[in-house]
Amino acid sequence: MTRPAMIHPENMIRKGLPQGYFKDVMARVLLGGVSYLIVLVAVLLFAKIIIDGAPGLLTPRFPYVDTEFLTAKNETLHVFDDARGNRHQLPASQYNEYINSHPGESVYNEQTFSYSGGGIAGPIAGTALLTVGAMILALFFGVSAAIYLAEYAKQSPFIHLVRLAILNLAGIPSIVFGLFGFSVFVLAVPILTATPADRSLWTIPLPACHQVISFQGWNSSLIAGCATLACMILPVIITASEEALRAVPQGFRDASLAMGCTRWQTIRKCVLPYALPGILTSSLLAITRVAGETAPIMFTAAVAAKDDLPWQGLANPFAILSSQVQALPYHIYTLAARIPSSEYTRRAQYGSVLVFLLLVALLSAGSMVLRAKMRRKLKW
Amino acid sequence: MVTPSQNPSATLPPAVQIRDVSFAYNGKPALHGITLDIPARRITALIGPSGCGKSTLIRSINRINDRIPGACLTSGSIRIHDIDIYRRDINLQELRRRVGMVFQKYNPFAKSIYDNVVYSLRIAGVRNRGELDAVCENALRAAALWDEVKDRLHASALGLSGGQQQRLCIARAIACEPDILLLDEPCAALDPLATLKIEELLSELKQRFTIVIVTHNLAQATRCSNHTAFMYLGKLVEYGATRQIFDKPINPQTEAYITGSFG
Repeated sequence: MTRPAMIHPENMIRKGLPQGYFKDVMARVLLGGVSYLIVLVAVLLFAKIIIDGAPGLLTPRFPYVDTEFLTAKNETLHVFDDARGNRHQLPASQYNEYINSHPGESVYNEQTFSYSGGGIAGPIAGTALLTVGAMILALFFGVSAAIYLAEYAKQSPFIHLVRLAILNLAGIPSIVFGLFGFSVFVLAVPILTATPADRSLWTIPLPACHQVISFQGWNSSLIAGCATLACMILPVIITASEEALRAVPQGFRDASLAMGCTRWQTIRKCVLPYALPGILTSSLLAITRVAGETAPIMFTAAVAAKDDLPWQGLANPFAILSSQVQALPYHIYTLAARIPSSEYTRRAQYGSVLVFLLLVALLSAGSMVLRAKMRRKLKW
Repeated sequence: MVTPSQNPSATLPPAVQIRDVSFAYNGKPALHGITLDIPARRITALIGPSGCGKSTLIRSINRINDRIPGACLTSGSIRIHDIDIYRRDINLQELRRRVGMVFQKYNPFAKSIYDNVVYSLRIAGVRNRGELDAVCENALRAAALWDEVKDRLHASALGLSGGQQQRLCIARAIACEPDILLLDEPCAALDPLATLKIEELLSELKQRFTIVIVTHNLAQATRCSNHTAFMYLGKLVEYGATRQIFDKPINPQTEAYITGSFG
């Protein structure tokens, strides 16, 4: 008798519930529940900010967007009753005008709220300057390092160590970068000056031009903040750039070298142009980090209050680099931690966060669109 | 020493003299004592099974192998018109302009057809539009591509078919006026029709260039080469006129390979 091709094929039909049915369902419900809980938290978080912050940005009057909030300087808010019992909320400058134009009238129940009046033009401008400066520095140093690592360096244990060190840089807490920036860029880097500060660590006199190289740092300034932020995102830029460079087909390099081009000509003419879109789109992701970090700029660049916008009241255009700036994330920290919350401060508090989130969302969306476009355009 | 059994280009000195060349990657030998004269204005085919060192040999003629870490010529010399190309003070860029190369996988840049062809001139600093146009047209005509692309010179090179892209690479290589053209399995990624076109092109080009071609396709070697060198395990087994190699091979290994009973 021959053996049948399959013994008891009917055993393949299950009786009752499948094995482990309840465990399977439980696992699915539990894991799914946790995931949706996270989504719920995110939705509630954003809903809270949008609902509370929108009035800071939207007014019932045309043009609906409150341009004052985005373009006015940050001031102290004065809340008071006039003699007829009308309640006024005026930023400091308008309050002074009001007092001057109503001589002899007294105000009642006056309260002041720091940082809550006017708009947030200063912090927006400061963040823009910090972001642009940090990106320029980080792109220059990061792309240079990436080109060296990807195109020139031989794959030795030392280069692996260098790469590991760069990756580790990405894991350092941002407050450590802030302290590093403070101790190096604010207090120690060399500058050229005629009159070195007392705290200068070391001076090298240059008799020829009556100046000294003084290791006294840049003080708390825009340039120190940019440098600190640039250090923070260097690993992101280097890693992304190296990947983009490696994605350029080897054949391009072979062909170019075989036609008698030097290494650098090859890199400049037929590697960098194809890697650049990838480098830039990946770097856009780093922009959101630069724009959003508070810790690195706390000690190196940011001030809570500043009367002028960054470009006002400067001796020369370069003085902007050595002046302190306001910054959106630091402004949010100030509004949240340093002033009491009340119905009069909410506009500034939630409005600032909303503007900040919109800015970050805009940058993220921009980078995604750009990336998709570049991907479509560059195929080989 | 293995020499061509008959030398039809006796009037011209050999373009490349390879003398006792050994080559190693990270100390692992890939070529053992290769000695070979490549005649000028002729097509020389290198055949042999995969890994026998054909590509290493052809890639050491323009020193493109230099960029592989650990690759080095361990002994012997390669002379092009009596200049040892492995001497210390050689100008690599000039050498590679004189010795053009076309690769197995066609690799046009993601630029326009025009920009691909004039790439080397632009690098050399030529800005004159008329000169660039002339070189572009000549190179494309020489590569038998002009009629197919003359109306879309500024379209992307990546829109061409595989065969056209490979001919574009040939045009790009001859635009910098080399004397020697190295082709490393130029038809490996192409269909038979595109292959045929390239072969026709090669027989035209040998009027102007010394051509060395690596091929896995024995029929291709018989169709278009004047001389054939059979390599096996990093050694040159037999070198002679193509007809002699395929009709009356002297070495039994050569016979086994060309009759397909290799083993």
